Amino acid sequence: MDYQTLRKRIIDIIADIAIDEDVSNLDDNIRLREQLDLDSMDFLDVVMELKKRYKIEVPTEDYMKLATLKSCIEYLGPKFAFSS
Amino acid sequence: MSSNQNIRVVITGVGLTAPNANNLKEFRDALLAQKSGITQMEVRYMGKVAVGNCNFDETLYQKKKMRRRGTRAGSISIYCAHEALLDSGLSLDSLVKNRTGIYLGITEHGNVETENEIYELHENKLDVSLWSHHHNPRTVANTPAGEVSLNTGITGPAYTIGAACAAGNIGIIHGMQMLQLNEVDLALAGGVSESTGTFGIFAGFKSQGALGAHEDPTRASRPLDINRNGIVVSEGGAVFVLERLEDALKRGAKIYGEIAGYHINSDAVDFVLPDTQRQIECMNAAMAKANIKADDVDIVNLHATGTTSGDINECEAIKGVFGQSESTYINCTKGFIGHAMGAAGALELAGNLPSFTDNKIHSCKHIENVDPQCDMKNLVNGDPVEKEVKFILSNSFGMLGINSVLIIKKYYK
Repeated sequence: MDYQTLRKRIIDIIADIAIDEDVSNLDDNIRLREQLDLDSMDFLDVVMELKKRYKIEVPTEDYMKLATLKSCIEYLGPKFAFSS
Repeated sequence: MSSNQNIRVVITGVGLTAPNANNLKEFRDALLAQKSGITQMEVRYMGKVAVGNCNFDETLYQKKKMRRRGTRAGSISIYCAHEALLDSGLSLDSLVKNRTGIYLGITEHGNVETENEIYELHENKLDVSLWSHHHNPRTVANTPAGEVSLNTGITGPAYTIGAACAAGNIGIIHGMQMLQLNEVDLALAGGVSESTGTFGIFAGFKSQGALGAHEDPTRASRPLDINRNGIVVSEGGAVFVLERLEDALKRGAKIYGEIAGYHINSDAVDFVLPDTQRQIECMNAAMAKANIKADDVDIVNLHATGTTSGDINECEAIKGVFGQSESTYINCTKGFIGHAMGAAGALELAGNLPSFTDNKIHSCKHIENVDPQCDMKNLVNGDPVEKEVKFILSNSFGMLGINSVLIIKKYYK
């Protein structure tokens, strides 16, 4: 799956969770928590949506890999390839 | 009687949402104009059912994300609490947050969330790893009050009081008691309900033969009517700002009324069926606390839900207590808004409060054929009655035999 497709899938999930915020201009390299009002429950929501929508599992010890959009894409890319 | 019970407590703000209104003025106008809020809704597994749903703006005081994280009951509570504070002339910034309490009566909480999660669980082929991490915080019984605390930053006590359909009155009683004990200086007190979000409550009443129905949903809730066939389930909320009188006077607050008396007791008879004698005792005890007699009471607001036996029991109790009073008028509210469960007592009180200023007693939603066993002297059935009102007595009775009576009096300087 290419970078932009993967990026869109992740942003679609974040948009549903950070529902009051504008996600159209996110910087891939800055921590998501610095750009959006996201707390630990929101990150659990992200992990849950990845599982519900794409059957992708993210173990607890890997949560810090979801810190930026870039790190999400790098981490989740292989998992998407495997699940599709 | 302890000396604390001599501390006078008044109502200085009202915030509400009902199936026919989203603030006190709209509610009062709707009741005076015979406007019902009952509609029909498709309920999971049940088909179309008569229901009372509210239509307030959930985003007025709450971000969408927090609404999504929380519950409908929490959303209703937040709306009503903010509206009550606005109405009382108090800004959030002016509150002493650790001296403000939130006391909300509920019949139940958590059923909506649990039913939905069970439904999703089956949709997900019993994969429990998809069970929501929000489930536990959404289902603890204090959630509606806790959500108000989170939303407003209020750090005083915030919890709910479970008292079945008597909970709305008891939330107010409890708030008053906490003020009298000097636990807080301001109480946001009342009752809320999100019950229409479950199918279980509808199915339960249906199995009991107690679910109100009519092809015209505005006629499905018919307390005291010979053709009544049960309860219309509603959601809603009413939150009152309560203060000690001296504090209200110090800040020049508008005063809706003063809490004059109350009583809470239990039937100890049946899970579901009410007891006339205990209801009589409860009303008499409340009037004793208020130091008044039956003919001092201008309005009695019935609990009357539209069940065959419940309405009869209550009317017998009313006749027992008020049968000799020429000056007491009887009304009920559930014909307009259905049974708002934990919010019922609080909403029904709110509907009558403006009587102190507009000198009218609102009618029941017009009862076409009053059951002879429910007919009472001075039942207001049709046009509002013009009368100066000094005392309102409001009944709320609940399952497992809990009874509550609240008496509010017109405030005089």
